Amino acid sequence: MTAPGSPTPAAPPKEEVRAPVPRIEVLRWMRENLFNGWYNSILTVVTLYGLWKVVPPLIRWAFMNSCWVTTAEECRKATGACWSVVTSNIRFIVFGFYPHDQQWRPLVAMLMLVAMLFYTRDRRHWKRSLVYMWIAALVIMGVLMKGGVLGLPSVDTTQWSGLPLTLLLSVFGMVAAYPLGVLLALARRSRLPAVKSLAVAYIEMIRGVPLISLLFMSSVMFPLFLPEGVTINKILRAQVAIILFTAAYIAEVVRGGLQAIPRGQYEAAESLGLNYYLTMRLVILPQALKIVIPPTVGILISAFKDTSLVVIIALYDVLNTTKSVLSNPQWMGFSTEAYIFLALVYFVCCYAMSNYSRRLEQELGT
Amino acid sequence: MERDATIPPQIAVPFWNDPAKRAIVFQAVVLALVLGLGYYLFSNTQANLQRQNIATGFGFLSRESGFEIGESVIPYSAADTYGKALLVGVLNTLKVSFIGIIITVVLGTIVGIARLSTNWLVSRLAGWYIEVLQDIPVLLQLFFWYAIFYETLPSPRQALNPMWGVFLSNRGLYMPIPEAHPAYRYAALAFVAACVLVYFLRRWARRRQEQTGQPFPTVRVGLALLVGMPVAAWGLGGAPTAMSVPHLSGFNFKGGMSFSPELGALMLGLILYTSAFVAEIVRAGIQSVSHGQTEAAMSLGLTTTQTLNLVILPQALRVIVPPLTSQMLNLTKNSSLAVAIGYPDFVSVANTTINQTGQAIEGVALIMAVYLCFSLSTSVFMNWYNRRIALVER
Repeated sequence: MTAPGSPTPAAPPKEEVRAPVPRIEVLRWMRENLFNGWYNSILTVVTLYGLWKVVPPLIRWAFMNSCWVTTAEECRKATGACWSVVTSNIRFIVFGFYPHDQQWRPLVAMLMLVAMLFYTRDRRHWKRSLVYMWIAALVIMGVLMKGGVLGLPSVDTTQWSGLPLTLLLSVFGMVAAYPLGVLLALARRSRLPAVKSLAVAYIEMIRGVPLISLLFMSSVMFPLFLPEGVTINKILRAQVAIILFTAAYIAEVVRGGLQAIPRGQYEAAESLGLNYYLTMRLVILPQALKIVIPPTVGILISAFKDTSLVVIIALYDVLNTTKSVLSNPQWMGFSTEAYIFLALVYFVCCYAMSNYSRRLEQELGT
Repeated sequence: MERDATIPPQIAVPFWNDPAKRAIVFQAVVLALVLGLGYYLFSNTQANLQRQNIATGFGFLSRESGFEIGESVIPYSAADTYGKALLVGVLNTLKVSFIGIIITVVLGTIVGIARLSTNWLVSRLAGWYIEVLQDIPVLLQLFFWYAIFYETLPSPRQALNPMWGVFLSNRGLYMPIPEAHPAYRYAALAFVAACVLVYFLRRWARRRQEQTGQPFPTVRVGLALLVGMPVAAWGLGGAPTAMSVPHLSGFNFKGGMSFSPELGALMLGLILYTSAFVAEIVRAGIQSVSHGQTEAAMSLGLTTTQTLNLVILPQALRVIVPPLTSQMLNLTKNSSLAVAIGYPDFVSVANTTINQTGQAIEGVALIMAVYLCFSLSTSVFMNWYNRRIALVER
């Protein structure tokens, strides 16, 4: 019995369950993961020694002795990295030859693309309306880049360069190559010998040659294919080459999905009286395309990386704008820093995509 | 288009509803479209070529090329023909691919096994290696290594000298090689002979084991033959030990064996990029063999080596080899990026040829034909291999 007003000791008996002492945990973890057995212990020590030799000098070079926003002259005096080559030229590296006062337009277009990608990430948003949203967004991005309407000054496509060009080539390449790839995959699985052999010949030929040979074809052979007086600009020609190339790879991925659909599905569709078109559209493709979403993201990643090859046919994608900054005598000799920056850009994009595809693979349970 | 339906013959079906006839019509339309497009492009090309006065055909191959090629496996000069220049390019591509594939497979296997290590640190490092190198475009990696070679390494006079006789400068990597001597030719012949011998030894050992159950230490004896016979031949040939050591003369090194910065950057970039993919393939292949297999082999009383050779590897290789060949092919195709850093591979030489002669169609056709040959021969090999290792089930 306690007197009213006096504080009641409501707390349970003081027998705290203590969290294990972290130091011991760390030691046990180390024993299990780094020093289990003499062989692993030696391996750990050797690796740590190697890291000790490499990492501190690298950190000193990259962060402590480095210049971030200085002139090239100050950079040459410093012993560390010269990140100024990136910070001073960032606008040229990203936007290239796009008119200086209009560069907000590609910026807005790129932000829109990123926003759309983020919106698409969520599987709850995967509805029919998303397709229309993408089409609308791509049209708006195109208008923003090209201009000529709504009071935006027109910008010639020869001035499109830098990161927007890289993204344009990969996004439009993927969007246009996807339906073509699905068609090719269906053709390859077709029972009609003429259609099937045409598809096989196309897919195997494209997959057998390097992308660069197609890009050469687009830059030196394409003009010969067209009737007199008709010219297609260089970016579009490279874009066509990338689409034709990517479509063959998508076709192979989709074919894998088609092969995974059990025969019973075809027979069920047939017994419902569906014709070929309806069978494919309502029964087979929805299942097959779902299976191949993760490998398709893989193709998107390699298409994104492969757009850098347009450097060789002298288009100014983000790699080539970086290269041309480095050919400026003022900034010559700082290639390492500039390329590391660019590698970081590519790495962040590709890592995000490959992580996403891994997560998707788990979620879809394929 | 449609499946063959079994239709009772008495019902007359209009031809537009008969699947067989519809299939023929559809195929005819597709063929007509493709041929029509082909003819349209062909006639345009013909007209354009006539207008620009470009002669077609491969006659230019026998004309004098007039350009030098920096590196060549066979003797070549500017006075040789375009055909020979292109051959030099093909050989350079094959050289890069051959050496690159061997190093890539070794490095990729090591990294793949390291990824599976129980050592947390090693496994993590291997994981980062794979992730980072896969996600950076190979062309950017080539530019990066080329810049490292050209800008960061010192000039020949201040060349790095990491060990005796090896010099690293912005003119390339120089290392000592033995002076030419007939003994080395004997050793090479002995090595080839040893390879043939080991092949037959292996066949004999396998047959004996199948018939009598007696195992034969093929690996140990084979290795002894492969090492011992060339060494013996070298010893019988007079055991020459003279070395050609690179030495500074003027502005560059003379003697020894050299790798140009272009070749070095190309090899480094291709090997690091592709080995990351190979490591993933090796990891997946090893993981695909369940642990129960190892336990089963052990319970049969097989030794560790026998378990690896007879149980684990045959199953893992079935998973590893098909994607591995496609990575090898990728390396070969990616070696065409040499054109961007100025190494004279086939695409680079063909590009020069196109620029000099204006024979764009023939040049691009040659590039495609050569790479198609590579990939077709690879797929012939793959089909043979798949047939050989296919699971034989009941």
